[in-house]
Amino acid sequence: MTGRGIGTRVPAVFRVGRPLGRGLAAAGWAAAAAGFALLLGLPVLAILVRSMAGGSLRAALGSPVVLQALTLTAWTSLAATGLAVLLGTPAAYLLARRKFPGQALLDSLIELPLILPPSVAGLGLLMAFGRRGLLGEPLAALGVNLSFTTAAVILAQFFVAAPLYVRAARAGFQAVDPELETVAHTLGASPWRTFRRVTVPLALPGLLGGLVMCWARALGEFGATILFAGSFPGRTQTMALAVYAALEHDVDAALALAAVLLLVSLLVLVLLRWGTGSRGDAGA
Amino acid sequence: MTPVLEVAVHRRLPGFTLAVQFATAARRVVLVGPSGAGKTLTLRAIAGAFRPDSGRIAVDGHVWYDGAAGVWVPPQERSVGYVPQNFALFPHLDAAGNIAFGLERPRSDESRRRVAQMIDLLQLNGLERRHPAELSGGQQQRVALARALARQPRILLLDEPFAALDAGLRRRLRRTLLELQEALGFRLLLVTHDLDDARALAEETFRLEAGRAAFVAAGGRLI
Repeated sequence: MTGRGIGTRVPAVFRVGRPLGRGLAAAGWAAAAAGFALLLGLPVLAILVRSMAGGSLRAALGSPVVLQALTLTAWTSLAATGLAVLLGTPAAYLLARRKFPGQALLDSLIELPLILPPSVAGLGLLMAFGRRGLLGEPLAALGVNLSFTTAAVILAQFFVAAPLYVRAARAGFQAVDPELETVAHTLGASPWRTFRRVTVPLALPGLLGGLVMCWARALGEFGATILFAGSFPGRTQTMALAVYAALEHDVDAALALAAVLLLVSLLVLVLLRWGTGSRGDAGA
Repeated sequence: MTPVLEVAVHRRLPGFTLAVQFATAARRVVLVGPSGAGKTLTLRAIAGAFRPDSGRIAVDGHVWYDGAAGVWVPPQERSVGYVPQNFALFPHLDAAGNIAFGLERPRSDESRRRVAQMIDLLQLNGLERRHPAELSGGQQQRVALARALARQPRILLLDEPFAALDAGLRRRLRRTLLELQEALGFRLLLVTHDLDDARALAEETFRLEAGRAAFVAAGGRLI
């Protein structure tokens, strides 16, 4: 034991049977973990402390600008999520079950927005649906103008957030044994009834998880929105944009907005935890 | 017309071609053969899980598929009870919910009576509210049979029904199958790699090898 202890190059963590070394190793691990927690936790804490300290939180919550941003964010993010469910569920099911031409393309399309910088996404949306965009120009000729409207906010949120739903939904559908659907068909259930009564209930944990993540992403969308929809209070200025706008003239207001957004994010986390927790129970 | 089961299925897949053909008037037919011979694929074709490239599937004069005539009856409108090897019970429904799944208006008195009858027939009393995960292999098997038979199908398709059961349960279930057929009068087509099953159940046996079927013998005279 002693002979092995001297001059070995084994990292302290992996040595066994020596209380001192083990204690040091444990301290090292704990210090690293504490540093990690500090870097992530301090900004969160700072927003809470500073927004409370000024007493501005209550004042800000009463201000019409904040309420406007809050309502706008709530309903646009819900609309974007609804659109993601409506258009994304069939896509997710097809990706999980069928082989079809263009599958690889669709697969890449639902991965891309996750790694694409939001500014690039915003520019892409402008080039597609903007006044001079590929689809925007013919639309403008018909009198429909998307860019810098509330619809643009929803579109921007949809673009960056819907892939999160589709990915989770696809995984959820893939976890459902296709043989269950075959048996349901032989039992007289139409494809639609089979989908409603068998496939969706069994894929539900994945669908709900994806829905919450999609909504959370839409809630905090910034880059694509500011490029494609601009930052007009009451029309396109969501919470994330309002934080940025307030920062220019009133730090306290920005802090209050940030605190509200932070609390909503924490709520989403709790929801997700609760969702995955009940999934574990169902599997047991 | 003599009631017959007529199966001719041609289906080309990557790396495997199914070209199975047999016809029989027997009411208990067993399909034997090594794994990978296309037994499950044949059952799935009769169940309507996929559309063959060509061929003809008819049961007692009801044509469910005829490639030449362009006939294709979807699985919903065939009268089949299909029990796959893993039983494919719906894990989110309890035993009674599984059995009632295929019944129209599951809450009607008639459906309730039907479910109760199937539960009696398959000796599932007391297990109605259990979910598949809370049932033993033999109990799951009986729920799957009850679910398939609740709709009174013309033909019952069983894929390796005894694979997961021990010898005692096998014997019991074979007897149960014979009694059920006596009581409900369905055709039985059973797939197995176990010749004992064929001996015990078959009026007629077909051997499937590399996607092709050959008549072997009437059940009692096999080997």
